[in-house]
Amino acid sequence: MDGSETGIGTGTATSTGGKTREVSTRRLDHVVIRFAGDSGDGMQLAGTQLTNTSAAFGNDVSTLPDFPAEIRAPAGTLAGVSGFQLNFSERLVHTPGDGCDVLVAMNPAALKANIADLTEDGTVIVNTDAFSAKNLEKAGYESNPLEDGSIASHALFKVQIDKLCSEAAKDTGLGNKALLRTRNFFALGLVYWLYDRPMVTTEKWIETKFAKVRAVADANLKALHSGYYYGETTEVFQTRYQVNRAEIPPGRYRKLTGNEAVAMGMVAAARLANKTLFYGTYPITPASDILHELSKQAHFDVKTFQAEDEIAAVASTLGASFAGELAATGTSGPGIALKGEAMGLAVMTELPVVIVNVQRGGPSTGLPTKTEQADLLQAMFGRNGECPMPVLAASTPGDCFDMTIEAFRIATRYMTPVILLSDGYLANGAAPWMLPKLSDLPDLSVQHPQANGREFLPYERNEFGARPWAVPGTRGLEHRIGGLEKAAGSGNVSYDPDNHERMIKLRAAKVAGIANDIPPIEIYGDQDADLLLLGWGSTYGAIISAVDDVRSKGKKVASAHVKYLNPFPKNLGEVVQSFKRVVIPEMNMGQLLPMIRSTYLVDAIGFNKVQGKPFHIKEVVAKIEELLEG
Amino acid sequence: MSVDVAVEQLTAKDFASDQEVRWCPGCGDYAILAQVKKVLPELNIPREKIVFVSGIGCSSRFPYYVESYGFHSIHGRALAIATGVKVARPDLCVWVVTGDGDGLSIGGNHLLHAIRRNLDINVLLFNNRIYGLTKGQYSPTSEIGKKTKSTPSGSIDFPLHPLSVAIGAEATFVARAHDVNIKHLGAVLKRAVAHKGTSFVEIYQNCNIFNDKAFEYTTGKETKADATLVLEHGRPLIFGADRNKGIRLNGLNPEIVTLGDGITEDDLLFHDEKAPEPTLAYMLSRLYHPQFPEPIGVFRAVQRNTYEDMLEEQVAGAKEQKGVGTLEGLFEQGDVWTVD
Ligand code: SF4
Repeated sequence: MDGSETGIGTGTATSTGGKTREVSTRRLDHVVIRFAGDSGDGMQLAGTQLTNTSAAFGNDVSTLPDFPAEIRAPAGTLAGVSGFQLNFSERLVHTPGDGCDVLVAMNPAALKANIADLTEDGTVIVNTDAFSAKNLEKAGYESNPLEDGSIASHALFKVQIDKLCSEAAKDTGLGNKALLRTRNFFALGLVYWLYDRPMVTTEKWIETKFAKVRAVADANLKALHSGYYYGETTEVFQTRYQVNRAEIPPGRYRKLTGNEAVAMGMVAAARLANKTLFYGTYPITPASDILHELSKQAHFDVKTFQAEDEIAAVASTLGASFAGELAATGTSGPGIALKGEAMGLAVMTELPVVIVNVQRGGPSTGLPTKTEQADLLQAMFGRNGECPMPVLAASTPGDCFDMTIEAFRIATRYMTPVILLSDGYLANGAAPWMLPKLSDLPDLSVQHPQANGREFLPYERNEFGARPWAVPGTRGLEHRIGGLEKAAGSGNVSYDPDNHERMIKLRAAKVAGIANDIPPIEIYGDQDADLLLLGWGSTYGAIISAVDDVRSKGKKVASAHVKYLNPFPKNLGEVVQSFKRVVIPEMNMGQLLPMIRSTYLVDAIGFNKVQGKPFHIKEVVAKIEELLEG
Repeated sequence: MSVDVAVEQLTAKDFASDQEVRWCPGCGDYAILAQVKKVLPELNIPREKIVFVSGIGCSSRFPYYVESYGFHSIHGRALAIATGVKVARPDLCVWVVTGDGDGLSIGGNHLLHAIRRNLDINVLLFNNRIYGLTKGQYSPTSEIGKKTKSTPSGSIDFPLHPLSVAIGAEATFVARAHDVNIKHLGAVLKRAVAHKGTSFVEIYQNCNIFNDKAFEYTTGKETKADATLVLEHGRPLIFGADRNKGIRLNGLNPEIVTLGDGITEDDLLFHDEKAPEPTLAYMLSRLYHPQFPEPIGVFRAVQRNTYEDMLEEQVAGAKEQKGVGTLEGLFEQGDVWTVD
């Protein structure tokens, strides 16, 4: 998966205004392109438009934005660089790609921050108008990299984007500042020509978005077209590239980020349970988009509550659950730290709530906009007392939808809080998502008890070990719950030592019993390989792609992905024990690793990266090859 | 909160749970529990629609002793839990029982925000000016200089005044009562329930184990009349055993005057619990013994929309505007394309 060309096309004629020139067309199996510029350069928008266009065209796509760490860093500085990477392919893709094949850099800082990720023979398109002495200095360049040969190994295309934008739309009557704001569309138009993409998706978007400001719509359209015709007419580019449609299963699709998928999963779960949804939360990067998405869904009986702090967020969620609503809270690691005590209360009161942790780099405030998987042990053990809680982890943006519904299924069936782990990479990354068939979604309907003449026991257990969810307003079932230890059955406060141990065991058995109700873990690749890669969470794409790559070279390797971290799938022990070697790639210092080693007594080894960045496929490939040779 | 007229007539006994009450003998909490149980049947609200939520502390054991729905939660968080209950089910009658430590120290943040949101809930803050459950440390309402287990040389924390805090947080209903002045307490509780919005009631409560007689000046036969001022809407601020003392404004400052000698009732401040601006209520909340009599009764009772009503309106409005959401519609949001 290194962007290799799979065929060379015939020369094509391209013409404008009577002129014709020969341009060769090459076929590629995939392209990874990164747009980079200042926060204000509209790079996320350009990337999103290329994504939508490519998806509608029929490629498989995977994307990842790279937000600047500082919200309003000074223009032109490294801290203010915003990026968006897109992988579009004629095959199925599982990651936004390792490095990029094409880098569009709108200024020196964008070039400097991203050039290291460009493949050796990759292409750079730069806006030369932004390479002023001042901007070079701001980016920390001592000499102009466009002239000093420092990036000579790459194919460099210098385009005066500012000047061309100003020229293109000067008859719209807009000022120069406004015209310069169209430069992202110019760059996009050029890329559309280069990769032979239709412009119609973007044209429609511009028309709708700026329907009320004609001049702005016109300026953006002109910039888009000028970029396209610039590629077509000037002799700068001798080659165009083609990435054919992928074989994607037929169906209706939309693009979904992990955060959007979590939000959609919550709304869907509420509908499937015939309940209203309560989402109590406190804004935190990178989880806030779940709140933003849900707050648009009031017409689905969604009530969002922006609490005064993380503790109030989870506590209000418990209150809503006690009152009978489907209730969830979402946050990132620092928020989980604050929610810990109330999560223990949820375990003690055995109330169904879903707690989403969109993990980011830690400890403390850490790297808020970067991804990490270092909260697994916090999810498992980060509470006082014996406090077991089911822990699930989503593996792709689309999987966030399924796992959110699954979290609610487990929470309501077993009357327990459930932790769902996502991370910054899944949260912001996007991929096409096939709209589910309603008949494929589980029934989440809930039975609330009614008075039946018998004595009501709030801590009586059913076949799943769950206590009854009796909601206020139900006559005859008045009862009290709380954080003090409960007497088995009656739920009255009990300080009895034997009862305490019994209750600890009952709560643990209930969570452990969920293993009977979840799918077994599946092995991907060669069942008879010596080496198993065992992953969890967002490393899925890189692991699968690496396994494919190694196997395509004729070597044997297998992988398995743990989506249920507590309890583990029943066959996990058998699976890890059936391979000679088990390696566990994680974006942390090794957290699933000690869990696997201690649970199954296997000599698994860790493969760790904690840089706030996802694994590259090639890093995983190299590790597999090293282990296969060693 | 809905009032069901067809409720069978309940009595205080119907609200007694089967749990043994475990406060220290002589604790002021008993009297408050008795009054609450007396008031509940008079509300004509079915028992199953009543929810008591509490945090941690002596007062927070309260829900266990009331035969209704109850949630004894964790330290300081009762208001946040009650918020979730009320938002989920606006038809429930929700009470929060908290203390000076639970509500003003560890849970201070939630108290401020619940009050400003004006959810229709009743908050009873039992103020005994001490930590009872943890056996006698000073609390955020303990007076400066107070010697306790954790302040052997005297407290150097300036105390908070619960009603001033509530008024500062934009409370729409603020009142004060005493555990032993049971008739008055009962009347205040009824007013609190009747108020639509967050009702904040500070109840002076005697902890006879760790801070005995903290409020004796307001309850003792000798001192009571001079140390207390019973607020009545529209009436002048008069107090004293002979009811001949009053509060008058001197510039921006209150002062005590004696009626007679050319001073009449008309010179006194008149109580106005409905005043749109909380200035008067705030000033009254600053009257402290021994310089002033301490007012009891309703300081402030004004109308403002409740959080849950506005939320319900937004949900209803969204449904009207966009139609009631369906699952198919949910998935089709955004840019959708077809692959054949
Ligand atoms: S310690 Fe004080 S407040 Fe607590 S129960 Fe005993 S008397 Fe009441």
